[in-house]
Amino acid sequence: MSNQLERYKYDVVIIGAGGAGLRAAVEAREAGLSVAIVCKSLFGKAHTVMAEGGVAASMGNVNESDNWMVHFRDTMRGGKFLNNYRMAELHAKEAPERVWELEVWGALFDRTKEGKISQRNFGGHEYPRLAHVGDRTGLELIRTMQQRIVALQQKDGRDHGDAEKFIKVFAEVTITEILKENGKVSGAYGYRRENGEEIMFEAPAVILATGGAGKTFKITSNSWEGTGDGHALALKAGGHLIDMEFFQFHPTGMVWPPSVRGLLVTESVRGDGGVLTNSEGKRFMFDYIPDVFKDKYADNEAEADRWYTDQANNRRPPELLPRDEVARAINSEIKAGRGTEHGGVYLDVSKRLPADVIKKKLPSMWHQFYELAGVDITKEAMEVGPTCHYVMGGAWVEPDTAAVIDVPGLFAAGECAGGMHGSNRLGGNSLSDLLVFGRRAGLGAVEYVKSNGANPVTDGSVVAAAAKIEAPFNNPGSENPYALHHELQETAHNLVGIIRTKAELEEAIAKIADLRARAKNIGVSGGRQFNPGFHLTFDLDNMLLIAEAAAKSALIREESRGGHTREDFPKMSPTWRQVNNITTWNGSSIAVEQKHLPDLTKELFGLFDIHELEKYMTSDELSQSRGGSN
Amino acid sequence: MARTMKLRIFRGNSKDGGLQDVSVEANEGEVILDVIHRVQAEQIGDLAVRWNCKAGKCGSCSVEINGKPRLACMTQVASFDEAETVTITPLRAFPVIKDLVTDVSFNYKKAMEVRAYEPPADLKPGEARMQQIDVERSQEFRKCIECFLCQNTCHVIRDHEENKKSFAGPRFFIRLAELDMHPLDTLRNRKQSAQEEHGLGMCNITKCCTEVCPEHIRITDNAIIPMKERVVDVKYDPLRWLGSVIRKREGIN
Amino acid sequence: MAIDSDTKTSKTGVFSQGRAKLAARTYRTDKWWIQPAITAGVLFLFIVYATYRAFENGKYFAAPLISPFYSPCLAQNCVKGSTSFVGTFFGTWHVFGMTVSPSLFILIFPLAFRMTCYYYRKSYYRSFWMSPPACAVAEPHKKYTGETRAPLIIQNGHRYAFYAGLVLNVFLTIDAVQAFRNAQGQWGHMSVGTLVLTANASFLWLYSASCHTCRHTIGGRLRNFSAHPIRYKLWGWVSVLNHKHQEFAWISLFGVAFADFYVRQVSGGSIRNLYFF
Ligand SMILES: Cc1cc2nc3c(=O)[nH]c(=O)nc-3n(C[C@H](O)[C@H](O)[C@H](O)COP(=O)(O)OP(=O)(O)OC[C@H]3O[C@@H](n4cnc5c(N)ncnc54)[C@H](O)[C@@H]3O)c2cc1C
Ligand code: SF4
Ligand code: SF4
Ligand code: FES
Ligand code: FES
Repeated sequence: MSNQLERYKYDVVIIGAGGAGLRAAVEAREAGLSVAIVCKSLFGKAHTVMAEGGVAASMGNVNESDNWMVHFRDTMRGGKFLNNYRMAELHAKEAPERVWELEVWGALFDRTKEGKISQRNFGGHEYPRLAHVGDRTGLELIRTMQQRIVALQQKDGRDHGDAEKFIKVFAEVTITEILKENGKVSGAYGYRRENGEEIMFEAPAVILATGGAGKTFKITSNSWEGTGDGHALALKAGGHLIDMEFFQFHPTGMVWPPSVRGLLVTESVRGDGGVLTNSEGKRFMFDYIPDVFKDKYADNEAEADRWYTDQANNRRPPELLPRDEVARAINSEIKAGRGTEHGGVYLDVSKRLPADVIKKKLPSMWHQFYELAGVDITKEAMEVGPTCHYVMGGAWVEPDTAAVIDVPGLFAAGECAGGMHGSNRLGGNSLSDLLVFGRRAGLGAVEYVKSNGANPVTDGSVVAAAAKIEAPFNNPGSENPYALHHELQETAHNLVGIIRTKAELEEAIAKIADLRARAKNIGVSGGRQFNPGFHLTFDLDNMLLIAEAAAKSALIREESRGGHTREDFPKMSPTWRQVNNITTWNGSSIAVEQKHLPDLTKELFGLFDIHELEKYMTSDELSQSRGGSN
Repeated sequence: MARTMKLRIFRGNSKDGGLQDVSVEANEGEVILDVIHRVQAEQIGDLAVRWNCKAGKCGSCSVEINGKPRLACMTQVASFDEAETVTITPLRAFPVIKDLVTDVSFNYKKAMEVRAYEPPADLKPGEARMQQIDVERSQEFRKCIECFLCQNTCHVIRDHEENKKSFAGPRFFIRLAELDMHPLDTLRNRKQSAQEEHGLGMCNITKCCTEVCPEHIRITDNAIIPMKERVVDVKYDPLRWLGSVIRKREGIN
Repeated sequence: MAIDSDTKTSKTGVFSQGRAKLAARTYRTDKWWIQPAITAGVLFLFIVYATYRAFENGKYFAAPLISPFYSPCLAQNCVKGSTSFVGTFFGTWHVFGMTVSPSLFILIFPLAFRMTCYYYRKSYYRSFWMSPPACAVAEPHKKYTGETRAPLIIQNGHRYAFYAGLVLNVFLTIDAVQAFRNAQGQWGHMSVGTLVLTANASFLWLYSASCHTCRHTIGGRLRNFSAHPIRYKLWGWVSVLNHKHQEFAWISLFGVAFADFYVRQVSGGSIRNLYFF
């Protein structure tokens, strides 16, 4: 096998061509390294393309009071102070530069009157902060990055006679394994989806930028790519995942018709004036404002409505609470029997904005409902319900370099890295995260490669990796990968979903173990050429890891916070706030360990009102931090 | 409200293949991609189809349904009669890889040939000032999801393999128009290269690209024809040419 | 169509090497051929009628009405009273002993205008030349070079035809104004003919104003709209009209034909031009 194996040598291999991967590639190439970009789908199709609302950066174009400190505060609040503070700090500080840079590369954001980049309101952000292009910001971001890569390639073509000499995109290739020699990364191994043929990259540094894991759940806004591959690759390479119990359920996914169930309805609908009502016509969000947010959100309709025109003197409408709050509220309404016919609640902009404004501000939403549900959102309300949207948990990394802890040579950025968003991500903070940490991962890899040099792959590793790919074809088993995936999604959705209990989580863990055993008997029909059944077999293995990590972490965390709600422990607990769950894979099962969160520095601590921190922290912590480290 | 749907799906690769009849259940509100997936899960485990978002946003699932280039994820089952047999084939302008998946590398090659955006050399991040009305035209073209349905339906290459060398296709005509209308782009020879290198003159403005574009980009009216007019300005209009020579001499422009 | 088998054996286009092995030149199930067939039919009828009228050299004037096919009438042999105020600088031409119809001197302009019009190009490329007959229906030609070389490279001159069209519009507008007279030349009257000529002129203006070249010239060619607020406004209006260019193309075509037909009937005496006042 290995004599006909397709082999390449690069300085860095980047797995993932979403915003994070491409930003990393630009950084690495500009520093002079050779880069392979590997992705499962075609170039330019990564999940980032679906992001709608915008990218958060405190440029202060619309409200001059905005700055990185306010953004940092919002991010920490949104994450309920479980965020890695250093990541949140870097993110808030560097996001504006990253957005401006996109503009230099050709992005065309919507403009303010002064000709600057326009910014819109979004849940959890104190000021209008999301740079956007209508409701297709992710598309703009990915196209800009894609075109930036092409620009660099064209330059290489002019300077070196070969456009693909230093950056090459390997589209429709799935990486199944990170190769290691002497305890350090030596490359990556995978197969071409097109023909099933194997491919090997030799490289001292590998960057994971594989995005999310939503396909583990039944109702999700994620595309098929969201199978947690990077998470799993990191685990299998000896790294760890952090805080895998935290999944973000976006409050507004489509609920009807069934075939589009889960499809995202962007938060901008609410940012631009959409209100949520239940089947009794009641605007119920006023009943769900948690204590920690009482001073920031309006408790009556009149004030909430005034906010749209006068944000300085009114508190914001509760529809714009952080996503976890809204998702839980909707969930409760539906459970209490006040849901709509198809099991959602109503979201209505038609009574708030004129039809032409809706079509201009929310063009793809209009399109989506009109074409897929036969609903004209300029005339009628939408039916919406929670959908699994984002995984806050991810590879455990060093904040400054994005290096995966315990795996020299491995880096992770974007949705597949953890820590940045704590227990809950604010809207718009992901796209900026991709850019900030994509770049940092690129830099981290550059530094690493410069000081470590090559680390050749041995034949033994290749043979072992090849054997794993061959396995399902030789398996006489009769399990159907589609059916197993379906069962896993049901399990995750019903037992590890928005609201969790001890008993259900234990049941989930047992079921997942059972599914893992059955997955060993998957027999694949057909050949290697573009065979989706074969592809799913690998993805499924990863999702099983995700589900297990999520269920086990969730079982351990006996509190409710952000994207993790325990019916049996409904309160936030200041002691649990100090704890990260770190998962490790030993080859047959997942172990979870608790680690103490790094403490806020004095400077960052000082950015908060002490009374606010009292809601989250123990009194010990408060007295310590006040005089704490710097 | 389940119903049965009769399909004829292309099965095969670049060497061989043909249409295969299948019948499959379809539920209310489903799209063609859903039923293809059901065929995959229940009947033909290795049926190849490309898709990603299932929301009309990524442009992966381009196929031909009853001969019309469309996104499988945005084509409602309900738009077909129950008695009808619906034919699903891969895109017919590009080489097929397997079943409904085609080799669209042509488009990535062409993308590489369009010179990238070239901002003013002294433009610092954060300093760009552009009015909304100045970016709107280019923004329309940036809605493109690269489904390549326009490329696929354009007869210039669909019906004439030999033209692929010299013709970039509508997707890249909108890219050229986007850049030529970009308020800050500094490359001034886009019009010439559109005509001389990218084959703009091959387009006979028959508008099939516009007809199939799922993003409803008015490719022909807003990009191709304006570009053709701009090309005339610099290449075929003697008066304009004279004008530009005089202006250059007098140091205007 | 006989061309069908031809394409199949020639292994180009959708039957090229490497593409999916599918036998039909299209799998469209709708009646895709209706549209090109209608277009071809209507255009053909118009051409027949226009040709006949252009050579008829008569029945084009009935004071104060002049047919748009013959205006401005620039030859010496124009019927009495119909000659244009700009003069008769074409004199009288004879070819093979026959007097050349004055229509021919001016009809070439609208002909060139419409032949090079982006919309008509689309319709006759599709319906007459079948290149392509309809979207995703394989075309019958083996070779295709588009508008890159002679003769079709001429299409790039559309703007000159457009300018000429504007001049003609001015004449036809004057004709419409002059139709506010009675047969004796007294002003302040209005007849069905007045309406017909006024409508014709208006349609022609709409057709010209919605033209792609017009849209380009008036503002489309600019890079920065914000620096030219007035031209941006105009461009916006023209863009709205441009959206309907296809409709205006047809309406104005029928308009011209009808105006000519009306004048012919009045001039020939088969109907009376009814006066309102
Ligand atoms: C509907 C929707 C709307 C959103 N809207 C917003 C928003 O408005 N603002 C915001 O900030 N965030 C938003 N998000 C979140 C944000 O879009 C994602 O978190 C982000 O795009 C993830 O980017 P990424 O670069 O990490 O990975 P992705 O963009 O997910 O890319 C992953 C890449 O990795 C590749 N890959 C994966 N596994 C493998 C493998 N095994 N081998 C090779 N390649 C592999 C994939 O092919 C792909 O190229 C939204 C998310 C969704 C689902
Ligand atoms: S209008 Fe031009 S580019 Fe578009 S399909 Fe027709 S020939 Fe191709
Ligand atoms: S222009 Fe339209 S049809 Fe063409 S690739 Fe883009 S989205 Fe698809
Ligand atoms: S799957 Fe993304 S457009 Fe159809
Ligand atoms: S007249 Fe039709 S485009 Fe100019």
